[in-house]
Amino acid sequence: MSDQLIFGMEVFLNGLMAGVLYALVALGFVLIYKASGIFNYAQGVMALFSALTLVGIMEGQIPFAHVINAIFGTEIHHFGWHVPGILAIALTMVVMVVLAVCVQKFLFRHLVGQEPIILFMATIGLAYFLEGVGDLMWGSEIKKLDVGLPQGINLVIDEVTAGWFGYGFFIDNLDIVATVIAALLVAALVIFAQYTKQGRAMRAVADDHQAALSVGISLNFIWVMVWSVAGFVALVAGIMWGTKSGVQFSLSLIALKALPVLMLGGFTSIPGAIVGGLIIGVGEKLFEFAIGPLVGGATENWFAYVLALIFLVFRPQGLFGEKIIERV
Amino acid sequence: MFYREAGDFKTSYAEDNQTFPIKFDRYRYYAVMFAAFAVVPFLINDYWVNAIFLPFLIYSIAAIGLNILVGYCGQVSLGTGGFMAVGAYACYKLMTSFPEVSIFFHVILAGGVTALVCILFGLPSLRIKGFYLAVATLAAQFFLVWLFNRVPWFYNYSASGQINSPERTVFGIAVTGPHTSAWATYLFCLVFLTACALIGRNLTRGMVGRKWMAIRDMDIAAEIIGVNPLKAKISAFGVSGFFVGISGALLFAVYLGAAEAGDSFGINKSFLVLFMIIIGGLGSIFGSFAGAAFLVLLPVLLKNVLVGVLGWPTDMAAHLEFIIVGGLIITFLILEPHGLAQLWRVAKEKLRLWPFPH
Repeated sequence: MSDQLIFGMEVFLNGLMAGVLYALVALGFVLIYKASGIFNYAQGVMALFSALTLVGIMEGQIPFAHVINAIFGTEIHHFGWHVPGILAIALTMVVMVVLAVCVQKFLFRHLVGQEPIILFMATIGLAYFLEGVGDLMWGSEIKKLDVGLPQGINLVIDEVTAGWFGYGFFIDNLDIVATVIAALLVAALVIFAQYTKQGRAMRAVADDHQAALSVGISLNFIWVMVWSVAGFVALVAGIMWGTKSGVQFSLSLIALKALPVLMLGGFTSIPGAIVGGLIIGVGEKLFEFAIGPLVGGATENWFAYVLALIFLVFRPQGLFGEKIIERV
Repeated sequence: MFYREAGDFKTSYAEDNQTFPIKFDRYRYYAVMFAAFAVVPFLINDYWVNAIFLPFLIYSIAAIGLNILVGYCGQVSLGTGGFMAVGAYACYKLMTSFPEVSIFFHVILAGGVTALVCILFGLPSLRIKGFYLAVATLAAQFFLVWLFNRVPWFYNYSASGQINSPERTVFGIAVTGPHTSAWATYLFCLVFLTACALIGRNLTRGMVGRKWMAIRDMDIAAEIIGVNPLKAKISAFGVSGFFVGISGALLFAVYLGAAEAGDSFGINKSFLVLFMIIIGGLGSIFGSFAGAAFLVLLPVLLKNVLVGVLGWPTDMAAHLEFIIVGGLIITFLILEPHGLAQLWRVAKEKLRLWPFPH
């Protein structure tokens, strides 16, 4: 086999792994969109916020320490304890649930019945708000996140592929873990939606708000629940990306990466998010590998969008989206 | 009582159809124009121009452009930053390629180029709408910024990858480059803003504007009553692109002097202008001014109060600005979806009845 082809295969595999992470973020979008028709731009910032909170809790940081220091002239920074990973994740989840309740109580309860685009803009406002709060609360410097996930090159794959092709593939352990976790998460979400009482209620709300209300389903509760689940998905994505490249502002930009994934897969489809994520992940890595050098590189910035844009022109509802029956 | 309309009679359709049919409005408008053109230039210095007036004038043009697209035609665009970059780079290429032509025409031509690019990226709006389109315009944002960063022709093969505006003059007075005076740059931008606002105002209250609004309110019904959605949407994209391009050209050439696509025209710029029109008021030319003024003044005010008076670190003030802007967006969307413009209308209504509220 030629070197180019083998290298291309490696790029393909890495693209699949990246695609899984995109899909993970996109999942959070799909959940909220399905249940409430809100296109949640803040999902990426929620991932950033959850990761910041997780690091803050693990390190025993005092929330708003900078602000307190600036106002009162004190010098406090840490409580002086370290919380183990699992406990910190649980505590962060509590914070995300509180956030979900607040979002529902202060934001979307007042916006019921508005046009989708207004709701979308509200989530952009929410994203700005959360980002400011997160930075003010935990400080904006780049933080290391380590909850004990394995990292570094996978030696087994390296050796096996070296035996096959005479060239060892570089696959990060973290990517493999992320893939496994994402698969588990999707399975769990599907089971939750299909087989639990709350999951059924959620699907009912997604189908028809009015009808769901009239059979005694509490919309408020369902929406809080959905935002909590989305917060959980954001937390998982935040842990993955944070472990990979540190907890910093750029984490919130993965939301922007997840948008073309959604457009490709369709806003309402969980399988769509997965397939779209994989297509985008593989597509942009391969495009960068094959065409990138010819046009100056860094095509990853726009490839996903342009692909999604072209795709939408031919199939406006995405790959797995529900057909929008409307003629203009 | 304060705001009088009674006794303001019209005897011809021309009088009734003018831009400001109420006498009080009209005189206030003349007064504002007089102050802006004949008083302010004598009073301002470099600090005022650079911190407040230039950004306000330039972002107002961008806000009017985006308001036409989003507020009047209902096509949400998140690609404003990219289109401003098109204006800036088009202006730069024109300035360096045809140095003998007045910069006045360069800016207008840059607007024209942007209009074409905007129409190109607006073509998918015929098939996709709502936030699908909003996300699709992000493609324009990222692709254009990447293009200007990666293709050396756009920045004339300069080593830094930046574009620098050379000195250009209007009637022998420098408006770009290092040797400008405060009043000249101010007046130059003010002329463009006045022209754009007049064009925008008159387009939106005429037939074209009514077609846009029909498309915004319900596109299917609009088509049934004879509005061609293709023409309406494309014209909205074109006009909006024209204004946004002019503001991008001015932002680069007059205000910044040097620009780099990723820094100066990133996605944050798109959101900034979008926030301006949400806070100012969707579907209102006055709202574009109000929103631009608000979001230009807010950081200056916050910085002066928090850093200057309270002595907080600058980065914390920046974070607090995020919180306040985000909170304001949410508050406005919940309490007053029509923004500052609606507050102004309500205030007028109250003044009209004062002191008898019913």
